[in-house]
Amino acid sequence: MTEQPKRLTEDEVRRVATLCRIGLSDEEIEHLRDDMAGLIAEVSVLQSIDTSGVEPTGHAVEEVHSVMRDDTARPALTVADVLLNAPRREGDYFRVPAVMDNGQS
Amino acid sequence: MADQHIHYQSVRQMSDALHANEISAAELADAHFKRIADLDGRVGSYLAVTPDLGHEQAASAQSAIDSGNAGPLTGVPMQLKDNMATRGVTTTCASLMLEHFVPPYDATVTSALANAGAVLLGKGNMDEFAMGSSTETSAYKPTRNPWDLDRVPGGSSGGPAASVAGGLAPYSLGSDTGGSIRQPASFCGIVGLKPTYGLVSRYGLIAFASSLDQIGPLTRTVEDAALVMNAIAGPDVNDSTSISRPAIDYTIGLKDGVKGLRIGVVPEYFGEGIDPEVARLTREAIKQLEELGAEVSEVSLPNSKAALAVYYVLSPSECSANLARYDGVKYGFSTPDAPNMMAALEATRDGGFGIEVKRRIMMGTYALSSGYYDAYYKKAQQVRTLIRREFDAAFEKVDVLITPTTPTTAFKLGEIQDPVVMHANDVCTVPANIAGIPGISIPCGTIDGLPVGLQLLGAHLSEATLLRAAYAYEQATPWHTQHPAN
Repeated sequence: MTEQPKRLTEDEVRRVATLCRIGLSDEEIEHLRDDMAGLIAEVSVLQSIDTSGVEPTGHAVEEVHSVMRDDTARPALTVADVLLNAPRREGDYFRVPAVMDNGQS
Repeated sequence: MADQHIHYQSVRQMSDALHANEISAAELADAHFKRIADLDGRVGSYLAVTPDLGHEQAASAQSAIDSGNAGPLTGVPMQLKDNMATRGVTTTCASLMLEHFVPPYDATVTSALANAGAVLLGKGNMDEFAMGSSTETSAYKPTRNPWDLDRVPGGSSGGPAASVAGGLAPYSLGSDTGGSIRQPASFCGIVGLKPTYGLVSRYGLIAFASSLDQIGPLTRTVEDAALVMNAIAGPDVNDSTSISRPAIDYTIGLKDGVKGLRIGVVPEYFGEGIDPEVARLTREAIKQLEELGAEVSEVSLPNSKAALAVYYVLSPSECSANLARYDGVKYGFSTPDAPNMMAALEATRDGGFGIEVKRRIMMGTYALSSGYYDAYYKKAQQVRTLIRREFDAAFEKVDVLITPTTPTTAFKLGEIQDPVVMHANDVCTVPANIAGIPGISIPCGTIDGLPVGLQLLGAHLSEATLLRAAYAYEQATPWHTQHPAN
């Protein structure tokens, strides 16, 4: 076995959590310092494979290519259907928290 | 048909009984709803049961049968994994994030089966957002393996697999991103087919990793898998990644046998980490196919060893992008009264996602973040190319590759805590997703009363060949006639 993977720092985990907008508890961050180190170690085998000059593959099936349809109007969901699952709404709009000025306006 | 065993009949047998008026669609639906009410409290394979819709669909199916307009799926009940959109029926993905989510439209597979006369019994339990190999990450409840209630059914399509194995649904649809149809099919002793990437529309499938996700059937017989594929495979203008090839009949040629079929045995799939008994049963199955007329040779796939690492870079990366949509604004879990958008997002996503989903979003975000992208994401995509080429070369020499589906039989609930150890479950199934090729798992025996699965892999769009080989083996062996006690 390889050596014990090096734990991520608390700051490294917090940086990633901010990027993906998950407000983690201190306890979760502590766990993730180890978990992520393990996950990174798991995939480190990739670094030992020679891929010089190899094109990356996005998806693997040649037969798949973008499907285009005619640019004509077709039935869409009703406004009522679209708003059916809205956690908060005002009339026919989704209500969102303040985006500008950190809500201090 | 003997009524007490009706729930273990194949789709084909149920269909024949319906057409012969030996049973009505309503009676068949009721027999299943009763069995679900009696037994699913112990198995936990359903997140929602839909008697109202089911009875409505059974009534129209009966009209179709009575007027001679019925197909093989008409009036036969079924289940859908809870990540497939069902208009008017909650679709939770086994996550608190979508606890109350009622889709305003049907997935293409949902409407395809409805058009074929299917009767929806309910929605199958799963790992949260299809992330897991045991169905233990469901936010609602674990599902238990009908062969041994102390053991997991596998995952992420654990609810579908347990339902079909336990006679709680004649068939179900699962999704397979890294083995999520084949691994639970193996653990539960049934048939699970992951089709070629793009063959079955994913419109209305809640996305996990979009370059890997594929929908496919879980059934008790190979012929049933072919019948379900006939209803769900084919191009769809609503899915930009669907293969634009006309639908074909997968039952044609099913019974043609394996004489002259070239089978490749891959030594890399019989090595470290594979239970020797699983390896032994797999080799016995290969021998049986050889006796049936197949030609067996050895094919080496050295890069397959890297497939798990490729998968655990690509799938979290794609999941972190796909799950960015859960913002608590348009639908889903939402924490009220946050002072601003950033706080609302962080609280919503902290409260709505379970730890496994968070871990994968975090890992994917890390792999895609500035400074790491080339080392992880791009590197994984390059190794993906090597794996794909290796399969392409193998399929120049052989028609089908045979491997174990899983390294072991079903493990106990709570037995595996370390995520990296859990990932090892996917080691034999992940390469097919990486290469976009189809794979099927069929039962090939038991170890200490627990089912073992045999995996057959083929080139892109070789489903008919896989089904033919699987059918030949199934018909020569007794495994598909064995079911859990009660």
